[in-house]
This record gives sequence, C-alpha cells and structure tokens, in this order.
Amino acid sequence: MAGVELLSDQGYRLDGRKASELRKVQARMGVFAQADGSAYIEQGNTKALAVVYGPHEVRGSRSRTMHDRAVINCQYSMATFSTAERKRRPHGDRKSSEMSLHLKQTFEAAVLTQLYPRSQIDIYVKILQSDGGNYSACVNAATLALVDAGIPMRDYVCACTAGFVEDTPLADLCHAEESGGGTTLALALLPRSRHIALVQMDARLHQDHLDMLMEAAAEACRGLSKVLDGVVRQHLQEVSVLTRD
Amino acid sequence: MKDTPLSNCERQFLLKAVEEKKRVDGRQTYDYRNIKITFGTEYGCCIVDLGKTRILAQVSCELVPPKDSRPTEGILFFNLELSPMASPAFELGRQSELLVKLNRQLERCLRNSKCIDTESLCVISGEKVWQIRVDVHVLNHDGNLMDAASIAAIAALSHFRRPEVAIQGRDITVFTPEERDPIPLSIYHMPICVSFAFFQQGTYLLVDPCEREERVMDGLLVIAMNKHREICSIQSSGGIMLLKEQVLRCSKIASVKVSEITELINKALDNDKRARKEGGKFGFAESMPKERITALKKDEAPVEMTDVQDTANEIISRTEAQPDIVKVPSPVVPAPGTGQVGEGLLNTWGLEEEEDEEEEQHEKEEMSTGEVMVLSDSEEDDVVILNPDANKPKRLEGGSKKGVEAPKKQKTSH
Repeated sequence: MAGVELLSDQGYRLDGRKASELRKVQARMGVFAQADGSAYIEQGNTKALAVVYGPHEVRGSRSRTMHDRAVINCQYSMATFSTAERKRRPHGDRKSSEMSLHLKQTFEAAVLTQLYPRSQIDIYVKILQSDGGNYSACVNAATLALVDAGIPMRDYVCACTAGFVEDTPLADLCHAEESGGGTTLALALLPRSRHIALVQMDARLHQDHLDMLMEAAAEACRGLSKVLDGVVRQHLQEVSVLTRD
Repeated sequence: MKDTPLSNCERQFLLKAVEEKKRVDGRQTYDYRNIKITFGTEYGCCIVDLGKTRILAQVSCELVPPKDSRPTEGILFFNLELSPMASPAFELGRQSELLVKLNRQLERCLRNSKCIDTESLCVISGEKVWQIRVDVHVLNHDGNLMDAASIAAIAALSHFRRPEVAIQGRDITVFTPEERDPIPLSIYHMPICVSFAFFQQGTYLLVDPCEREERVMDGLLVIAMNKHREICSIQSSGGIMLLKEQVLRCSKIASVKVSEITELINKALDNDKRARKEGGKFGFAESMPKERITALKKDEAPVEMTDVQDTANEIISRTEAQPDIVKVPSPVVPAPGTGQVGEGLLNTWGLEEEEDEEEEQHEKEEMSTGEVMVLSDSEEDDVVILNPDANKPKRLEGGSKKGVEAPKKQKTSH
C-alpha cells in the first residue's frame, strides 16, 4: 500500500518473521522496590514499564468510591523520546486518554475487583520505546505488575495485535506494518477461558476475514501467555531462593 | 450536576424485561428506533433523530498548510461535543470519559477507514490543503449517541459542497457559490456504527440501546461497517467478557442494519437534492414545522396489538376452566383474603353475585388456616384481626389489605 512489500513471496515479513511469528519477548518483574508491583517488558523494540500501587484507600475525590468493588485507575503515558519525532506531551492528549480508558476497561474485566470494596488500584504504564503494539505491550506489562503486586485476577490478560495482508493474517505487528494503513486488530484475551476482555479494530476488513484474523490474534495471545507464565515462574523461583534461610 | 441515579426497582425491571426479550419502548431485540435525517438550508448541515436522540452535524472547510508527514493530503478534523442541553449529566468544558470515547470512535470510524479521498483535497502540495472540519453536537441524549453521531457525520459529509478553487502559479482563487458551483467531496464508502449492548455478562444483547438500557448494561460493542460488508472499526468497552462467536454474530447483524441505514441516508440525500433542484422548500424549518405545537405531545408506545384479543380470550378461558383452584389449600393463602387480590387465582372483582360465596369460602379458610397463623411470626398476629364477631365488610377490608402484605411476610418468616 505504502510502496513497501509487507509480505514477501516466500512468506517472510519485513523483519524476517513468518506470518504467525511473534517478536522476541523479554520481561522482568519487580523492577522497583517502592511500588507494590512492577514489571518491564520488551516485545521486539517496543518497551514498556508498568507500576501498580494498591489496593489502597481511595484518594482524591471520595465520590468515586464503589461500595462493592475496587476502582481501577490507569494512566498511560509515552516517554517524549519514545517515537521518532519527539513528543511534546507525554500524556493527556486524546489518544493517550483513550488508551488509559481501554487499559482500565481491560483490567476491570480481569481483576477480581469485588474482593476489595471501597479501595483503589493504580496502574501506571509508560512506553519507553514505541515500535508498534503499544496497547498490547502495556497490557502484558500491567498483567505482570499486577501478578507481582499479588492482586488476584481471573487469568493472565494477554494482548496482541494482528494485521491482514494479502489474505494472510500477520501476528504481532511492528511499527512499519502498523503505519502502512492496513487492518490492525488489537485483542486482549484471557487465554484459559478464551474470553475477550477488549477488542479493537481499525481500517477496512471484509466481514468474511474477521474470523480468521481474530483466530490469529487469539493464537498469538495464547503464545504470549506461555511466555508470561514462564516469566512469572522464573521470578518466583529466584525470589524464593533469595528469601530462603 | 450528576445524573439522577436509577432506582433499584427500575434497574431490576429493565433487566427483567431484557431477560424476557422485551424492551421498554416495545421494540424487538434487533430493532432500531425510527431514524429521521434532515438537512439544513446550507450545505453540510444535518440533523439526525434516532428515536429521541438528536444530533446535529455541521461540516465546514478552510485552506490550511498540510501536516509535514503528509504534504499531499487534506486534513479531516472531527469534534464531537456534549452540551449540557442534551442531558443534565454533561458538563461544559470537561473532558469526560464518554466524550473522549465518542470522539475517538468517530475519528477511527471515519478517518481511519479512509472513506473520504483526502488526496483530492490537496490544492498545492506541501503548501495549501483543505481542512474539512466536522462538528457534531449532541442536542438530546436518549442513548446510542455513537450510532446517531456516525450517521449524522457521514450524512453531513456527503451533503457538503466545498467551494471550487483555481490555481495560477502560486495564486489561489476561491470562487463563491454564485460564481461557480461548489463541488462535493469524493466519498468512497459510508461507514456506519452499530452499537450492541450486552447484559448479564453477554448472555443477552440488544441493538440500539436507549438511555435507560445503556444505564443497566454491562458493556458495549460498537461495530462500524459499510454496505460492502467491510468492517471499518470494532471497539468493545465496559469490562465485559466476550467470546469470538459473539463478535462474529454481531458483525453479521451489523451488516444487515448498515445496509438499511445506508439506503435511508441515500434516500434522504436524493430527496434534498430533488427539492433543491426543483426550487422547492428545504431546510430544517421545512422538515419540522409541526413539532412546535406538538412538542409536548406524547408518542404512542408502539405496543403490539395484533393478538391482544386472542390473548385476553385465552386468559379468560383459562381462568374459567379452573375455578376450583380457590378451594385447594395452597401454602400461599393461609391469611384471609389472599385468594382475592393479585395472587393469580380467580379474580372476583366486580362479580357481585359471587361475592357472598367467596366470602363464605374465606371464612372457611380462616377457620382452617387459623393454626397456621399462629405458627407464623408474631408480627403478623398484630396485623390480622381474627375476630369472628367483626362485621363482614370490615373484615373484608382487613383481609384485602392483608392480601397484599401477606406473601411478603410469609417469606420473611421462613
């Protein structure tokens, strides 16, 4: 579309991946001592940092208090140096507020908020480097941070994007693929129950292809969930070794 | 001002209605409310009525320098506003969550789907392009703002004509409508949003939720499509758990609805065009003159009346078929008079001749159920007068009152 061939005749993408291949995922939990939970994730060149505080008493306006469950407060921001053009406002513009809103909705669906009535859980996410799939990196980082904070959830929330080029669904798009103007689907999945916490799609796609695309995204999410599970287990092992006396 | 909270009673009523596949305004599950599209006298001005939701869209244009990243493309700008006029819950000048959500959804639906050829809006590459600004104002909020806003915006864009320009070297001449006919935007397709409200964790779904239904819903799924069955955007919101099958089913429903609405928009555009061509009357004043006097008129609820007679007959025949049910000692009628009012037994209101008989039956019941009364809690004993010497009418009064209260107390006593 933009003059770049997103999928070669041999079935390889711009960065040499196969259509259903994810980028390399690296993650660490417990990166900050101050916060109740924190995590850092790299999905290819997209890097995100998530910090969780809470559950604690509701701060700010009391009117937000919910008598039967916890309020989730999310803030998404992008570092000024995260994109090729320097960003002027790290947060507060329409796109960021929308992203904060989506993160909030995703975790309201996944966290067992009814266990903490009249309290608040803060999730702060920052994109350090943006190379496509910001939303999914944020969700995955926040999931790890919530696990680190010990907040009960229904399941891991795994998010991944998927695109559609030449009748082939591509998993985990990078920035070049995303900005081409093709279809982009972001999916946040609870892998065990196969429930969708959030689905968002942009640009045109024929109805008949939707099933295929969603399946590809869901498959990618399931792949990610295995990686995240591995990270959590490894972290627990390390921590238990350190705290053993 | 905050919105008046919905009472628990109302909430339960609405949810119950949804469960029974009924809607407060008499619609079916997949029905839209009536859509009315009217155009103003100026080009690019449009009001959409979706039931009582009313939205105004106004398109305007100006010449601006293009964005650095896209020097040959015109700019589309969307701005949706929630004025306090539409609903007391909206506050002026505050970026509420709803506002951000609607604005972004509108942008993603109309801009990211590339429904308008932005390259044709370029006047001089890298220097001057047309900026098309779409202002959407919510005039009245009765639910489903997204669908109405998307219809209003795309209808206004299709109706809009921009002035023609001529370029000579570096000079740009903009012609007034009198000098040269203004030209329409080139629109590839018409994306239209369809909202699905989910209840009970996705068990039930409704198309085009009204304000009341929106208040009790668990979550919303908005699918924007065009009539070529292409999905332009999908957005779920409100912390619900969906399954893939549900999304696919919704997209199928959406495709049907979208083709209907597109037809309607095209018809409205044609009508307006014809009226303008023939020199007839057009504009808002022409299309809504009656409403000034009848603004307070209540619309009749479109309740289905076709089989009312049959249903009534059926109910009558059923009650006549089993009149002896009164004699059966049921656990619900230990208190006097419970058989009389609203317990689904034989209704004897207005049946003068039978009254005496009924009362006699009550006396019997009272006698037989006396022990039961003692068994139940003490509160009840205070209320019920079990004095056999009391006058008949008096007791009837007490009895019928009791009839309303008795079932509740029975429950609490157990």
